[in-house]
Amino acid sequence: MTEPNALLTLKNVTKRFPGVVAVDRVSLEVYPGEVHALLGENGAGKTTLVSLLYGLYPPDEGEIFWRGRRVRIRSPQEAIRMGIGLVPQHPLLVRAHTVLENLALGMPRGFLFPTRGLEARIAELTHHYGFRFDPHAPVWQLSEGEKQRVEIVRALLQGARLLVLDEPTSVLTPQEARELFKVIRRMRSEGEAVIFISHKLDEVLEVADRISVLRKGRLVGQVTRAEADKAELARMMVGRQVSFERTKPPARPGEAVLELAGVHVTNDRGLPALRGVDLRVRAGEILGLAGVAGSGQRELVEVVTGLRRPERGEVRVLGRAPWSRRRARIAHIPEDRRRQGVAGGLDLAENLILHDYGRPPFARGPLLDRRAVYAFAREQIARYRIDPPDPRTPARLLSGGNLQKLILARELHGEPPLIVAVHPTYGLDVGATELVHELLIEQSRGGAAVLLVSEDLDEVLALADRVAVIQGGRIVGEVPAEAADRERIGLWMAGVGA
Amino acid sequence: MRRIGPFLVEKDLVVPAGRLLAVSSAALLMAFFAAGLVFWAYGTSPVLAYRTIFVETLLSPSGFAEGVRRAIPLLLAGVGLVLAFRGQFWNIGAEGQLLLGAVAAAGVALFAPVPAALKLPAMFLAGFAAGGLWAAVPALLKLRLGVNDVLTTLMLNYVAVYLVEWLIHGPWRGRTAFGFAYTDRFPEAAMLPLIPGTYVHWPTLALALLLAGAAWFVLARTAWGYPVRVTGDNPEAARYAHMPVFWVVFGVALASGGLAGLAGVGEVAGVHGRLLGAYQISLGYGYTAIIVAWLARGNPLGAVLTALFMGLVFASGDVMKVALQMPFRVTDVFNGLILFFLISTERLLYYRVRWAPERKER
Repeated sequence: MTEPNALLTLKNVTKRFPGVVAVDRVSLEVYPGEVHALLGENGAGKTTLVSLLYGLYPPDEGEIFWRGRRVRIRSPQEAIRMGIGLVPQHPLLVRAHTVLENLALGMPRGFLFPTRGLEARIAELTHHYGFRFDPHAPVWQLSEGEKQRVEIVRALLQGARLLVLDEPTSVLTPQEARELFKVIRRMRSEGEAVIFISHKLDEVLEVADRISVLRKGRLVGQVTRAEADKAELARMMVGRQVSFERTKPPARPGEAVLELAGVHVTNDRGLPALRGVDLRVRAGEILGLAGVAGSGQRELVEVVTGLRRPERGEVRVLGRAPWSRRRARIAHIPEDRRRQGVAGGLDLAENLILHDYGRPPFARGPLLDRRAVYAFAREQIARYRIDPPDPRTPARLLSGGNLQKLILARELHGEPPLIVAVHPTYGLDVGATELVHELLIEQSRGGAAVLLVSEDLDEVLALADRVAVIQGGRIVGEVPAEAADRERIGLWMAGVGA
Repeated sequence: MRRIGPFLVEKDLVVPAGRLLAVSSAALLMAFFAAGLVFWAYGTSPVLAYRTIFVETLLSPSGFAEGVRRAIPLLLAGVGLVLAFRGQFWNIGAEGQLLLGAVAAAGVALFAPVPAALKLPAMFLAGFAAGGLWAAVPALLKLRLGVNDVLTTLMLNYVAVYLVEWLIHGPWRGRTAFGFAYTDRFPEAAMLPLIPGTYVHWPTLALALLLAGAAWFVLARTAWGYPVRVTGDNPEAARYAHMPVFWVVFGVALASGGLAGLAGVGEVAGVHGRLLGAYQISLGYGYTAIIVAWLARGNPLGAVLTALFMGLVFASGDVMKVALQMPFRVTDVFNGLILFFLISTERLLYYRVRWAPERKER
C-alpha cells in the first residue's frame, strides 16, 4: 500500500556497501508541488539515496513506487524516462560546446542535432522561470550558477516531474542561491516535486516544505516546515546539541606577524592579480578577507605562503620573506584540500609529515624513523578523532571532513605564528565546521596571527576580529568586525563605493 | 554499478594486491593468446610453440640462464624507470642512455690508462655518468623550459644510435676488425666474469639486484625518497609543501639514466667484449624496460620479477628461432602485445566484481 497521492514512495529501502550500511531502511514520500529536503551531514547517505532513485545502483532491499506503481529503476535513462531529473552537484557539461549543443545532447534524437525546435522550447522555459542565459554561449564562459541553471533546464526539457538537486548551493554566491530558491518556488507552484539535498540548515529552512533528516543512513526524523526548529534539526542531524554561537574571547592583538606593503603580483597567465596590496595581521587576531571569487585571493595566499614571488613590494612573516630558506613556520589550510593538501596515494601517517619529513623526530639523518612517524600519526588521529583511525589508510579514502582534520592536525602542529586558512569549511558538515571554527579561534587567542580567506561572508563575520575586502587585486576596505555592516561590505565586494 | 548476469560490477578506489595480480595475469594470458594467433598464422601450432618455449626456457637450465642474462639489463634499466616514473619524469630514453653507458665503458676499456684492477669499476662509473648525463639534458629542458620529456628522451635515443654507429665506423673502428664495423676486443681486465657454463655476467646481476633493493629502500624508508613519492603521487601537493621539486625530478632523471647506463656497461663488458652496432648491443632493452617498470607498478622490488619474466620472453625468442625457425623479432610482437593488453586492462583495476545473483520477484 502506498499513499494515494504520492509521486514517489520509498519503502524500507536499504543499500549496503562493503563495511557500511549507506542507506538503512529508509521510507519516505514525495508529493507533487512539494519541496522535500534531505538534510544530513556528509556521509549520512543522502547521495547514495539519490543514486538509488537515479538508477545508478539497485537497492539491496526495499521497494520504490512511482505514482503508486512499484518500479525498478535500472539506469539513469530509465529514471529520466519516468520523469526523474537530477541536477548534479558539479555540472556535467561539455565546456567547449554551447549551451544549446549541451542541451541537445540530453535529448532523444535522430542523426542530426535537433537544435531548431529545441531553441524555441528553451526560450519558453527560460522565460517562464526567469532564467537569463544565451543558448549560443560556450559553456566555459558561464558562471557556476549559470551552469547549474543549464542543468535545471536540461532536466525540465527531458520532462522531469521530480527534480533532484544535489547540494545545489555549494557552488553559488549568496545572490545566486537566492535566485535558485525563487526558481524552486516557481517549480513548486507549477506542481513539480523537488528533492533538495543539503547540509545547510538555513537554506533548508528557507526553501523546504518538508524536511527529512538522515544520519548514518537512517531516517532519524521528518518534520514539516511549520514544525521545524533549527536547533532541533541540528541535534537530529549531528546526534547531539550544537551551538551556533561562536563564543570568542576579545582579541588582544600583539606585534605584526604578517606584513604586506605595496605588493604587486602577476598570475599564471601573466596578468596583474594584485595591484599594490598593503595588509597587516597581528599576533592574536583573526583578519577575515572577504571578496568575490577571483578577486586576487589565490595570488595573495600564494605570495603569503611563499609559493609565488611578488613583482614588486614587500612580504614579511616575522620579518622574513616567506619563500626564504629560513622562513617562519606558516600553517596553510589550502583552498582545494584534495588537490593540494594531500598526496592521496600515501597513507595518513605519511601525509602528516609532509612538511617535517626531513627533521627529527621523523628523520634521523637521511633515514625516516617509521616508528616515530606512526606514533605521531596515532597521537594526532586520536586528538582530532580522524576516521578511519588506521594510520595506514590512504588519504584519498578519507571523507572531506576527515581530510580537513588531517590537514589541520598537520598544519597547526608546532605552534605556527601565522595561519592562512582558505575556505576552511567549504563543503564540511556542521560538526566539522564547528571544529574548524573552534580551532581557529583557539589558535588566534593562543597568539597566532590568522588570515581567514572565505567567500562565505557569514563565516568571515562570525570569526574575524577585522574584516578586509579584496576586489580587483586591491584591498578596498577594512573595518573592525563589530562595526562591519553587511550592506557596505557587499558593495565593497562588488566594487562599488570603495 | 552494473549487473552482468549474476555479477555486480562496482567502482572501487582501493586496488587490492589480489586483483592487481589477477588483472595483470589476465592481460598476460590475453597477450599470449593473441601471440598464439600470430604463430598460427605463421603456420606454427601455438600449442607446440608454447610447449617448446616452456620446456626450453623454464625447464632447461641453459635456457633459463639465457633468460636471466637478458633480465640483467632489463632489471637495471627497469629499476631506473620505476624511479623516474615515480618522480614524474617520463623517461622513454633508457635505450639511448643504455647505449651511452656502453660507449663510455668501451672508451674506458680501450683507451683510458687505468690500472687493470680498476678497469671494471671505472667502466661502471663512466657508464653511470654517461647514461645520467644523457638523461640530464631532457630533465633540464623539462624543468627550465617546460619541454615535453617524453619527446626529448625518445628523440635522444636516435642520437645515441647514430653516435654509436659513427664511433664504430669512424674513430673507434678496430684495427683487427677487418672492415667490420666494431671496435677492437676489450682487454681481459675489462671483461666481466661469467657464471661457469652460462653467459650470465654475475657481477652485473649482483649489482642489479643490489640496486633494486637500494632503490626500494631509498623510496620507502628515507627522507630523500619521501619527496619523490609525494611528487609522483601529487605534484601539486609537493609544490604546496615547498618540496624541492627541481631536485626530485633532476635526481630521478640522473638515477634512471645512470642505471640504464650501467645496463649498457654490462652488455659490452659481459656479453660482447667490444662496442658494436647499436641494435646488436641492445635488442631494445631500453624499450622493454618500460614494460618491466609498468608491470612492477612503481615497486623497484617488483621489477626483479618482471625483468626476469621479460628476460624469459627474450629467451623464448631464441628458442623460437632455433627450434621453430621463426624470426627472433617475434619477441617484438610479444612485447608489443603485452604492453597493449597491460595498458588496456589498466582501468579494470578500479572495478570490483561481486557474485550476487538476483533474487526472484514475487
